[in-house]
Amino acid sequence: MKQLRWLAALPALGMLAGPFFLNRVEPMVLGMPLLLAWLVGCTVATSAIMALIYLTDPANRGPEEGA
Amino acid sequence: MNAALPIIALAVVVALGLGLRARSGHDMDMEQWSVGKRGFGTLLVFLLMAGEIYTTFTFLGGSGWAYGKGGPTYYILCYLTLIYVISYWILPPAWRFAKERNLFSQPDYFAARYDSRSLGILVALVGIVALVPYMVLQLKGLGIIVATASYGAISQTLAIWIGAAVLTVYVMVSGVRGSAWTAVLKDFMILFVVMFLGIYLPYHYYGGIGEMFTAIDTAKPGFLALPDRGQSATWFASTTLLTALGGWMFPHIFASIYTASDARTFRRNAVFLPLYQLMLLFVFFAGFAAVLQVPGLTGPDVDLSLFKIALQTFPPWFVGVIGATGVLTALVPGSMILIAGSTLIAQNLYRPLARNATDATTGRLAKGIAPLLALACVGFTLYGGETIVQLLLIGYAVVTQLFPAFFFSLWANNPLTRAGAIAGILAGVAAVAVTVVGGYTLAKLAPGLPGPVQDLNIGVVALALNLAVAFAVSLTGGSARRTALP
Repeated sequence: MKQLRWLAALPALGMLAGPFFLNRVEPMVLGMPLLLAWLVGCTVATSAIMALIYLTDPANRGPEEGA
Repeated sequence: MNAALPIIALAVVVALGLGLRARSGHDMDMEQWSVGKRGFGTLLVFLLMAGEIYTTFTFLGGSGWAYGKGGPTYYILCYLTLIYVISYWILPPAWRFAKERNLFSQPDYFAARYDSRSLGILVALVGIVALVPYMVLQLKGLGIIVATASYGAISQTLAIWIGAAVLTVYVMVSGVRGSAWTAVLKDFMILFVVMFLGIYLPYHYYGGIGEMFTAIDTAKPGFLALPDRGQSATWFASTTLLTALGGWMFPHIFASIYTASDARTFRRNAVFLPLYQLMLLFVFFAGFAAVLQVPGLTGPDVDLSLFKIALQTFPPWFVGVIGATGVLTALVPGSMILIAGSTLIAQNLYRPLARNATDATTGRLAKGIAPLLALACVGFTLYGGETIVQLLLIGYAVVTQLFPAFFFSLWANNPLTRAGAIAGILAGVAAVAVTVVGGYTLAKLAPGLPGPVQDLNIGVVALALNLAVAFAVSLTGGSARRTALP
């Protein structure tokens, strides 16, 4: 599933474009200002998406190259 | 004498011990010294990469920015996350190429990819310009931390000398293995200390994290978001992108790629390192907690906010623990910088000019250069004055100029020629030097532009110029050989 790698663009887009739309303090989310909460969400989403990409990437199957 | 001092001293001794022990069982030739014989597994590479990025800047500067600037500080979290997203695709091919060609340094990579010794020398010079101020920043941070955490018992100058001596000794003995093993101790401590501070301080002073943010928002409306002008959303997006692209271009961070034993290491770390960045959140919390508790710090003093609030909250022994952690955040990246800097002087500045240099003589030379480079950095730290701040700003912007030549070298058909790559880097570096030294911003250069556009990071201009010149020279210089992937 090579196409899945384009998902990695989503959190990046969220971080770069988010501040234009969500640059506000209220409402607080999980005790944090809205903008910070949004960026933290993007960070967590990054890890999840990278995990998905890692698991479906054929380059990570088979013997390790360095061995 | 207070309880903080023995704890800081203990951390330094343990770091030195770990650093020296790291050598055992390994023959310290050039490949072992600079790049750990390309044998590090996922965990050591993880710690090395996390260790280089969690510097004194993150510790003091991250909380200092939260304290002094508020909302704009969130960009640090974003760019560090994006660095690892990019790493998934750019590190494995770079690692593979370096392994095939037995490369030691970042300039080696450029010289080999573009088959150009001159490009190697240029990249090495750019690297030195970026590394020295970066090292000075670590030493300055170390001095501030030790002087503050020891309640003034040890002067900044003495702390800087001791710190530089310790890291030089273990660098000379154990090379990058020493850095990796001290990174184990450092990450363990920083994880504990930062999470504790980031949770305890808001609860202790405000009754909770949400309560803290509400109190700050009431006292300083808008402080927790981005301002409309200046460090606005445009500034945020452009700065995040630029620093994320430039991140891997620091010579010591680039060289850490070579230490991996397998390309999959990077892909695995690209999954976990973004989550690890959430540690920064707690650094921010600690800095924000200081906003209403130790008000009034301005200018460079904002970097002291974390320690100021710690001093008024905790007993000396715990201030010592925080101080010890701070010292380690300087030692680990400092040692990596020293190794990368000495390697690139020996390997990319001396070796191309010396006809009969071998790996063995170059390796010995690199180890001999390490103490001299450390001494030069101490000199800059103690006597450099304000110029060093300028240098640091240039250093950050300058390494980003290497990114286009690196990025296109990964393409199957590199559109850049050797001359194009060199011209692009020169143009970009010149643009950085002029704009940074002259203190230009887009608002000053082009007052006619719409407001939000003026807030773009000025580095964007240098990067655009770099790309334009690189492509123009590559397209017109028809006879120059193009380099392609093997």
